Amino acid sequence: MRHHLVLRVVSKLLIPFIILYGLYVQFHGDFSPGGGFQAGALVAAAIILYALIFGVDRARRVFNPAVLTVMAAAGVLLFALVGYAAFIGGGNYLDYDYLLPNDTTGQHVGIITVEFGVGLTVTAVMALVFFAYAGRTDEIDDEDW
Amino acid sequence: MEMFVDMVLMGLLGITAIAIVFTRHLFTATMLSGAYSLTCAALFVKLDAVDVALTEAAIGAGISTVLLLGTLTLTRRREKAHKGFSWPPFVVVAVTGALLLYGTVDMPAFGDPNSPGMLHVVPEYIAGTRDDIQIPNIVTAILASYRGFDTLGEAVVIFTALIGVLLMIGRRRPDDEESGTRRPERRP
Repeated sequence: MRHHLVLRVVSKLLIPFIILYGLYVQFHGDFSPGGGFQAGALVAAAIILYALIFGVDRARRVFNPAVLTVMAAAGVLLFALVGYAAFIGGGNYLDYDYLLPNDTTGQHVGIITVEFGVGLTVTAVMALVFFAYAGRTDEIDDEDW
Repeated sequence: MEMFVDMVLMGLLGITAIAIVFTRHLFTATMLSGAYSLTCAALFVKLDAVDVALTEAAIGAGISTVLLLGTLTLTRRREKAHKGFSWPPFVVVAVTGALLLYGTVDMPAFGDPNSPGMLHVVPEYIAGTRDDIQIPNIVTAILASYRGFDTLGEAVVIFTALIGVLLMIGRRRPDDEESGTRRPERRP
């Protein structure tokens, strides 16, 4: 879509705000609607928009698939490790009460951490699945649709 | 007014669904399914399920539409034409639909605080979120804390799906160029 000037300019303006909104939904999930899953989907949507407008090859250079693969695994691992961290305080698996001396603070820290893990995984998975599909065909001309 | 919004949204959903069934052009069907998801998201906002609406708008209207388009580039653009009308699927759909409609008669009213679903663990979660977890968004508290196991399972499912996709179509091998995928033929 190299010649779509309007789309390029508008998406260049929009993408930073979509990512910023994703971060807001991620870290404000305790207080307003949202959380890791929604935030991950939003950030991935920004990555996919970038790939649609500027080409998949350029998107692959900006968002390295190798790094994204590590991110996807790291998110799940972070979630699982928070569960184990509760063992140290003497609690059950994923019982955030035991993460910190104060139960409520422990819950807050636990929820924000696991949501961050989910966000990492969802962002990386959505972007990688899109790259996998989009990498199968060459660029398609507008007339081909 | 609320009734009017409901009726418009539900009507749009119905029209979009029927249009998806009847169109033979797969590109149109994909775009319409995106519109369907967006209408669904509006309906979820109307039902005060903003968390679900966010997900529906981003996943249903955004990412899955793009993925369906990606799939379309690997296959034909038009559905094969069916000849004639086959009764068995119609009977199955009609009977299932009638049973589902019959089932809604026994459902509690929307938002009824005395419905069985609201009386089981929900009061405990609401009180616990207020007193123990102390965050305003009960959905997040249930999702990440009370139902932490389930959410961990979901994260693992998403990760497993990624592994499956990457194993099947993640790498582009040179022999694909000759046999498997190729540019879809141009339509005149």
